[in-house]
Amino acid sequence: MAAFRDPDLAEEAVQDALATALEVWPRDGVPATPAAWIVATARNRALDTLRRRAALGRGLRTLAAGETGWVSPPEPDDDIEEPEADVPDERLRLMFTCCHPALAEDARVPLTLRLVAGLTVPEIARAFLLPEPAVAQRLVRAKRKIREAGIPFRVPPDHLLPDRLGGVMRVIYLVFTEGHSAAGGDVLVRTDLCAEAIRLGTAVDELMPGEPEVRGLLALMMLTDARRGARVAADGSLVMLADQDRRRWDRDRIARGRELLESALRHRAPGPYQVQAAIAALHAEAPDAAATDWPQIAALYDALLDMTGSPVVALNRAVAVAEADGAAAGLALADDLAERLDGYAPLHVTRAELLARLGRDAEAADAYRAAVARTANAVERRHLEGRLRGLRSGGPAAADP
Amino acid sequence: MRYLLLIYGDETAADAYPSPEDMEEYMRPWVEYGARWESVIRGGEALMPTSTATAIRVRDGERLVTDGPFAETREQLGGYYLLECDSLDEALEAAAECPGALDGTVEVRPIMDIPEMPS
Repeated sequence: MAAFRDPDLAEEAVQDALATALEVWPRDGVPATPAAWIVATARNRALDTLRRRAALGRGLRTLAAGETGWVSPPEPDDDIEEPEADVPDERLRLMFTCCHPALAEDARVPLTLRLVAGLTVPEIARAFLLPEPAVAQRLVRAKRKIREAGIPFRVPPDHLLPDRLGGVMRVIYLVFTEGHSAAGGDVLVRTDLCAEAIRLGTAVDELMPGEPEVRGLLALMMLTDARRGARVAADGSLVMLADQDRRRWDRDRIARGRELLESALRHRAPGPYQVQAAIAALHAEAPDAAATDWPQIAALYDALLDMTGSPVVALNRAVAVAEADGAAAGLALADDLAERLDGYAPLHVTRAELLARLGRDAEAADAYRAAVARTANAVERRHLEGRLRGLRSGGPAAADP
Repeated sequence: MRYLLLIYGDETAADAYPSPEDMEEYMRPWVEYGARWESVIRGGEALMPTSTATAIRVRDGERLVTDGPFAETREQLGGYYLLECDSLDEALEAAAECPGALDGTVEVRPIMDIPEMPS
């Protein structure tokens, strides 16, 4: 049942899920266990919960740097007004500029890495498996648009902030997930991307300490990154969460992630990143896979589903319910998603594993074949074909923990 | 900075060109919009439908005149505003409130600054 415990499903969900920001209320105070973290959910409180210091964003500052003036943040006298006394680091303004929705989506991540994180074009190209000229081209176009279309160099005013801050967090998390995914590329470079995302998240958190979702994102990245050492086997293959050697998890990172999460939850304005971090914290706390608090994880996925409406989150919830309440209950939920997620291999893997657990081997075999047909990655295909053969030769019991 | 809001919509839609009786009702949101954004609007007009358009090209000194607009598209240019804004963000806010954005598309284009030529 290893595939069920893969938090990557959840991570993937966040990428398409953050359009809506909602609220989940924890009980009074910060509870010692995540059990009390989520009591109820409600919609559309983002505007209430996102607060800004009034001075930030006052006055418009347009970027007027020359074509070559962009290697580092422009100098204050370079056509940009002097920052007000309480305006924080230029990096923050630069982040908001690089993540502006008027820029092409595929330009925001490389632009942020280039201008805010200071990575070189070859480094970005290697990390994202893109040809260098393609990266350079995107950067040139984006920088030209910032200058010529008048995209402001500022932290947005209050009424624009929820939307824009969401865009900034999304870019940071995309950098992180790119680094965390072992689907290809140079492992070392990708690890650097994780570290870079955490650095960016830390910077935004320090500059906007009143934003619980920013802190939640940082907690999520810390808690996920803590598992890095146990995640890749000696032969380079991916080790599923249930099979990881938990002694190799970075306990300091987990503690730091938990601390950040609890501090974020104290604002009583949970959002998708905080809920994701809470799920990651539950995995981190379990001494072994069997001891995982699945009912609690299922409840957190309930909350996340309310916030995002994402079918991928719904699939994760089905997996958690299967662990908490039995395979039949999980399968019913997964079946409900069959139409919406037909092209998505993890749906078929989930159905296959649950059907096998219920002894319905013929249906399980069909589901594995459907999953193989929808999987491009060769390593994953081999893994699924192995599971399929396991069924034919007497069932999947060997793979169960 | 100056921006042009180019307002595109489906001119074949039933309510695209209202009858004289319906005109006041039709214009109300536009009038309200114009008042609300008065401080940045520098100009703007609505256009007659593309059935009234004539396209002209000059090739090798010869004028080629054809009936209709230059390109057939699903949405047609139906009007514009010229704005003077602090930044793209302000222009986008003005564009988002434009009645034409509700059922069509508003394209926001910066006006090119052409440096003065020495005479």
